[in-house]
Amino acid sequence: MEGTAVRGRLTWQTATVASVVDETAKVRTLMLEVPGWPGHQAGQHVDIRLTADDGYQAERAYSIASAPGEPPALTVERLDDGEVSPYLTEDVQPGDQLEVRGPIGGYFVWEPASGGPLMLLAGGSGVVPLRAILRYRSLTGSMVPVRLLYSSRSLEDVIYRSELDALHDGVTVCHALTRSQPPGWTGYARRVDAQMLAEVAWPAAEQPLAYACGPTSFVEAVAAGLVGLGYPAGRVKTERFGATGQ
Amino acid sequence: METPEDRDVAPDDPALDYAAVDGNAIGGLLIEVFGTEMTTATGICGSCGAVSQVAELAVYQPGLGTVVRCRSCDAVLMAFVRIHDVTCVDLAGLASLT
Repeated sequence: MEGTAVRGRLTWQTATVASVVDETAKVRTLMLEVPGWPGHQAGQHVDIRLTADDGYQAERAYSIASAPGEPPALTVERLDDGEVSPYLTEDVQPGDQLEVRGPIGGYFVWEPASGGPLMLLAGGSGVVPLRAILRYRSLTGSMVPVRLLYSSRSLEDVIYRSELDALHDGVTVCHALTRSQPPGWTGYARRVDAQMLAEVAWPAAEQPLAYACGPTSFVEAVAAGLVGLGYPAGRVKTERFGATGQ
Repeated sequence: METPEDRDVAPDDPALDYAAVDGNAIGGLLIEVFGTEMTTATGICGSCGAVSQVAELAVYQPGLGTVVRCRSCDAVLMAFVRIHDVTCVDLAGLASLT
């Protein structure tokens, strides 16, 4: 196939920020109103486009944090050297408008018919699409068993902490706090490694379906670790966010 | 646009790997180009024959465009450059995309 020029076909829409929630010191959730929103699948994302006064445009992809049936919500982590995230986490107010296109994605998606048991692995803000999956599981009354291994720098950096603490029905959440731990912490206090995966992950014999999301280094390590535990590569879905300060 | 000769680090340099994302990140661009969801499409590398879903390919976005590489041999499979409102697409590295 040779090089060719084509016209764009996916349309940008104007979304209005309905409300914002500060999840942690660096992370904010934006609830969006998008006219004619077609609905989305758990695990999909949207593209956001910002245009500066001089016409400069920046585009970023953000996972949808809400479940199918709920209005689209985005959870954004502020990156210190980010071009877009500081604006979204600090400047945007209810009533402001954003250009969005989506929902996008057909690979990193889950619905109850996909089955399980589910092995969810989150590195930092990689928890966002997994939270959409968990919310959808709850909304549909699915009894698919879930284990979530969630790596964060510290307890203060855990996103959706109270929501995750409240999950009981067939969901087990294990936290790994990699940089600092509160006094008396008895959970994991190091980065995810093969030993931790061996202790936490569903045995391969249970034929689990795994979703790993977060910084590229995290996703690469956990995906390799799960394959090392016998997970078929085709049963480990990956979504890499690129390098972050993790 | 990044080519193997442009890099002064080995293809398996961890620092370079960690800057890469994957095909999920360019889902919107792919719909724009192909008119349909493409992250579950199967690509076969024209250099080494590796078979992969587009979502799992290595994606680099150095600023001038988007480069998609084979995870097995690092060959460039797809390259996209936007000039004004037109996206130029080079799929020469793929043996097939279905």
